Amino acid sequence: MSDMSFPLVTATAVLPALGAVATAAVPAARRTVAKWLALAVSLGTLVLAGWVLAAFDAGGERYQLTESYAWIADFGVRYEVGVDGIAAALIALTALLIPFIIAAGWHDAEPDPDGEGADAGRRWRPTQGFFALILMVEAMVIISFAATDVFVFYIFFEAMLIPMYFLIGGFGDRAHAAGEAEGAKQRSYAAVKFLLYNLAGGLIMLAAVIGLYVVTADQLPAGTFSLQQIAEARASGELEMATNTERLLFLGFFLAFAVKAPLWPLHTWLPNAMGESTAPVAVLITAVVDKVGTFAMLRFCLGLFPEASAWATPVVIVLALVSIVYGALLAVGQRDIKRLVAYASISHFGFIILGIFAMTSQGQSGATLYMVFHGISTAALMLVAGFLISRRGSRLIADYGGVQKVAPVLAGTFLIGGLATLSLPGLAPFVSEFLVLVGTFSRYPAAGIVATAGIVLAAIYVLLLYQRTMTGPVDKPEIARMPDLRPRELAVVAPLIALLIFLGVFPKPLTDIVNPAVEHTLSDVRETDPEPELPAVEATE
Amino acid sequence: MDSLIGLLVAAPLLGAAVLLCGGRRLDRTGHWLGTALAATSFVIGAVLFFDMLGREGEDRALHQHLFSWVPVQGFQADVAFQLDQLSMTFVLLITGVGSLIHLYSIGYMEHDERRRRFFGYLNLFLAAMLLLVLADNYLLLYVGWEGVGLASFLLIGFWQHKPSAATAAKKAFIVNRVGDMGLSIAIFLMFTTFGTFAFGPVLENADRAGEGTLTAIGLMLLLAACGKSAQVPLQSWLGDAMEGPTPVSALIHAATMVTAGVYLITRSGAIFDAAPTAQTVVVTVGAVTLLFGAIVGCAKDDIKKALAGSTMSQIGYMVLAAGLGPIGYAFAIMHLVTHGFFKAGLFLGAGSVMHGMNDEVDMRKYGGLRRYMPVTFVTFGLGYLAIIGFPGLSGFFSKDLIIEAAFSAGGVQGWVLGGATLLGAGLTAYYMTRVMILTFFGEPRWKNRPAPSPASPDVEPSAQESGEHAEPHPHESPRSMTIPMIVLAFGSVFAGGLFNWGEAFVHWLEPVTSFEHPHPPIPIPVITAATVTMMLLGVGVAWAQYARRPVPVVAPRGSLLTRSARRDLLQDDFNHAVFVSGGQHLTRSLVYLDHTVVDGAVNGTAAAFGGLSGRMRKLQNGFARSYAVSMFGGAAVLVAATLLMRAV
Amino acid sequence: MNPVNYLYLAALLFTIGATGVLIRRNAIIVFMSIELMLNAANLTLVAFSRMHGNLDGQIMAFFVMVVAAAEVVVGLAIIVMLYRSRHSASVDDASLMKL
Repeated sequence: MSDMSFPLVTATAVLPALGAVATAAVPAARRTVAKWLALAVSLGTLVLAGWVLAAFDAGGERYQLTESYAWIADFGVRYEVGVDGIAAALIALTALLIPFIIAAGWHDAEPDPDGEGADAGRRWRPTQGFFALILMVEAMVIISFAATDVFVFYIFFEAMLIPMYFLIGGFGDRAHAAGEAEGAKQRSYAAVKFLLYNLAGGLIMLAAVIGLYVVTADQLPAGTFSLQQIAEARASGELEMATNTERLLFLGFFLAFAVKAPLWPLHTWLPNAMGESTAPVAVLITAVVDKVGTFAMLRFCLGLFPEASAWATPVVIVLALVSIVYGALLAVGQRDIKRLVAYASISHFGFIILGIFAMTSQGQSGATLYMVFHGISTAALMLVAGFLISRRGSRLIADYGGVQKVAPVLAGTFLIGGLATLSLPGLAPFVSEFLVLVGTFSRYPAAGIVATAGIVLAAIYVLLLYQRTMTGPVDKPEIARMPDLRPRELAVVAPLIALLIFLGVFPKPLTDIVNPAVEHTLSDVRETDPEPELPAVEATE
Repeated sequence: MDSLIGLLVAAPLLGAAVLLCGGRRLDRTGHWLGTALAATSFVIGAVLFFDMLGREGEDRALHQHLFSWVPVQGFQADVAFQLDQLSMTFVLLITGVGSLIHLYSIGYMEHDERRRRFFGYLNLFLAAMLLLVLADNYLLLYVGWEGVGLASFLLIGFWQHKPSAATAAKKAFIVNRVGDMGLSIAIFLMFTTFGTFAFGPVLENADRAGEGTLTAIGLMLLLAACGKSAQVPLQSWLGDAMEGPTPVSALIHAATMVTAGVYLITRSGAIFDAAPTAQTVVVTVGAVTLLFGAIVGCAKDDIKKALAGSTMSQIGYMVLAAGLGPIGYAFAIMHLVTHGFFKAGLFLGAGSVMHGMNDEVDMRKYGGLRRYMPVTFVTFGLGYLAIIGFPGLSGFFSKDLIIEAAFSAGGVQGWVLGGATLLGAGLTAYYMTRVMILTFFGEPRWKNRPAPSPASPDVEPSAQESGEHAEPHPHESPRSMTIPMIVLAFGSVFAGGLFNWGEAFVHWLEPVTSFEHPHPPIPIPVITAATVTMMLLGVGVAWAQYARRPVPVVAPRGSLLTRSARRDLLQDDFNHAVFVSGGQHLTRSLVYLDHTVVDGAVNGTAAAFGGLSGRMRKLQNGFARSYAVSMFGGAAVLVAATLLMRAV
Repeated sequence: MNPVNYLYLAALLFTIGATGVLIRRNAIIVFMSIELMLNAANLTLVAFSRMHGNLDGQIMAFFVMVVAAAEVVVGLAIIVMLYRSRHSASVDDASLMKL
């Protein structure tokens, strides 16, 4: 791709960043303007992301739409971006989900009606801030997906924490089971926990990033952070890493990504963060931001440190299996709807990591699809849960029951979101989960079987949640008065459900883009798929 | 013709989509739309059937490739259909019985405000079930497999406001998921062994794979079949599934869905034929279940649960036959079809009785209904005669053939299986006669109904919850309900004879399932005579117990066996003790551990840093002189260090 | 006279000054002790300048004297302000600079 053409990828990230600034600058009284502006910007970003997908040629080079500019020449840092199939799919996912997140959070950040009069409203501008922060996160996530320079990636990977910190700590559900003051306390605990966990991981990664530069500066004519340059130098034997160096660097990167993903036992920030934030922000965390972690494992851990990745595989697979089973078991035991979804997500991230480290094309294609489909399915489930919670003002499962009778559409969409979460065939997550399982089984049969047990546990936690909230007699007056989904809410959920069904039946457009990228990744780690026992079968077909 | 296959699935799928998304506008016409689309599917099936008859044996199979579903390096899953004689049989059964039950539901669900949605779910079920039998690879079959599970979940829990229904629905789905795990693993194994999971290449090459692999695949397929077909040890959901509306019990939990396991085993015949160990397990499961279901059926007072036990038992027959290999496949499918007729008829009859009795399900509160519901009585009676194997009716032919095949298994196994099937035949006659007598004969027992006995409060939970204590006025059901019952009664009477006319059914299936004549060690007439004797014995005992004495309205305490059979032979208690309670303890302790250990480690680290900084803070005491001391001290140390470095 | 003796004297003066800073509480005395230390340093500079025949040290001493003069102005002003607000010239009374 020529460097001189329109910088499409950068534009996709810059548009929401500019939109964030503009949204933040809207005067305090014009809250509605800020909302529509943010929505328009996110839709514009979606159009650009669609353009990226359209301009991406699945059969072409590995990285396309590349841009490269000198940045900090002394340290060999270049602003380098470009997308492969995996990044293109994830950028599209991000751009797709943000409009829904904004529309779902339409009323989540109003100034406190009990505030100290008009004066408070003039200085305190939560609405503008909320939507500006969401757009800021979007911009940083898109750059992280597109960065092919380790340093650029690192900067945005870490910078993302700042807007996320404010989104978690500053905007929670108004109604809290333990009272408003206690709610604010738990919210700030969650935000600090999120920040410290991710910062700790990020600092370890910073050391590894510097280490990587030192290694390249040592052996190459000039130090570099460029993914492609390093990969080429490694392939040609120009750059040799000592085994221990490579392993340490791998661990530095992997820890940061494992915190973000999150992998057991580094997961405990997620239930707090998702539980305390509003539903749209919870979706932003688990469906968008966390995907950067798993994506980076695929792109940086495997791409930069193939031998160390192979060395770490057994441990990672065991941790992923623990995540799957442990997350699902804890989800069964939760009493809080949002925390339940958070633990379910931990289980699902286990599947993604399992797929990545199974090192088979089915596993990695499955893991990539899983990232996209999990994003959509969790968004559907969590946003409907958010609508439910906003009606009743409680996150506790025990406060519900019989919703199906008074709000059938809400219950129906909730059930479909739940069924997608338990990977019902016909809905998109099934395709990805099955691919991950097949890919894992063909290399590690025992791990495949353990992971398959996860599908039974998923059925238990989803159906328990559904049974306790939606079915049974209507014996609480708050439930009896509950309105069904409003048009705005239906407009948020219906397209997500339609996508889940469409991609479940016809995932080919996505697999076509993802497959070549996965082949490249597998050739990075020099792995080939295990052959079937009876290779002649294909011939007789 | 090939392109019609997709329409078979598309018609009910369209119905489901329209009915479920259409909103209240369709409340008035929705049920007719659903019924019409089910009937459309049946007509298409019939057209394809006659077209198929026009061709010769091996050329009868049709294929339709729609699109590539999941194309990933080395892993190709297609949405493609295959319509051969086996699938055709199922298509006609599913759409035929399905259309009749749609028709029946129009009357049965007339007063339910959510009738439109009920028809949407029924159509969804038809689409999923057709997908299951038409798929040409195991992955697409899996889609249909879980699709029927979903439809079953939705329909069992249709009356969601009843907690018992919601619990039963959840239980059915989760138990089925355990089975689905087996199907998943079987597909993984096929993929690693054959590199594909399409029926054609896998089944043609099955004998080339190692026996160990095939046994593993076979056992995993059996696990799947156990889940879906309610075989021991995954049978526990079927009894609870009777919480659903009766048409659902007839269509899904008697005639079609629960036979999917038999379809799976028959379809995978080539794998089982090459894995004798797996076959032995299959026949064992079949034999155990056929007795288990029969014993449970003997003890239940709830008419639907008694029939559910019977369903379990009859499917046990089919699984046993399918496990016998080429001598049994065709008989398994034949029994499946005849069972589809008479069991659907029996359930619809039971529904008709409940319809006239204010949804009472306790047979001890029926009695003498033959005078009030003549059509129901006659059709139910014909179904009854068919299921107990009265000579000349459907059940006689299909069951007798399975018993013969069981004796032909050879050696000790043959005698054991033959004995089990004979005993099962006797038990079937016993419990069905019991149902018949309690419901239609004797004195009416519904008048002056006493309050539910506190001693056995769990006898009739649903009647208590319905809160209807008005005295019932038994009456015959409307025509939309009786017509399907009459049609199914015809099937119950004549299907078996028709199928057996010159072994027509066996020859029809032979190209797909392969067939060998069974050679029992004792002459066939002797076996037939023994079967009839066992049947008469069962009828006699039941008659002696229930027709000659007045039936108590409150069930007597009964022997230990009766009591445990009422509780499904304690299987539920076992599941509850081991899995449910164990699971609850496990999750609770894990929640605790996550908070204290995993999170505690992190919070502990944070607290340790906090404490350390608290100590360090004390050094900052605000006295300028102590700062000066540390400055001097620091300077002295620096100077000393510099001097030392010089000296070294 | 041997210029090294001046260094001994400077060391002695510095020690006296340092001791004064550390053990006295009166702000004026502490201040005077600091001046003593500064002048000890000046003396060292001048002595080394003489020993090495280089004027840099003397120039440096002038700088120090200028800075010391400025410091005296600021320091005495602070002490006066402190005395006015607290009616005490003890340095220990001004212990607000802590966490």
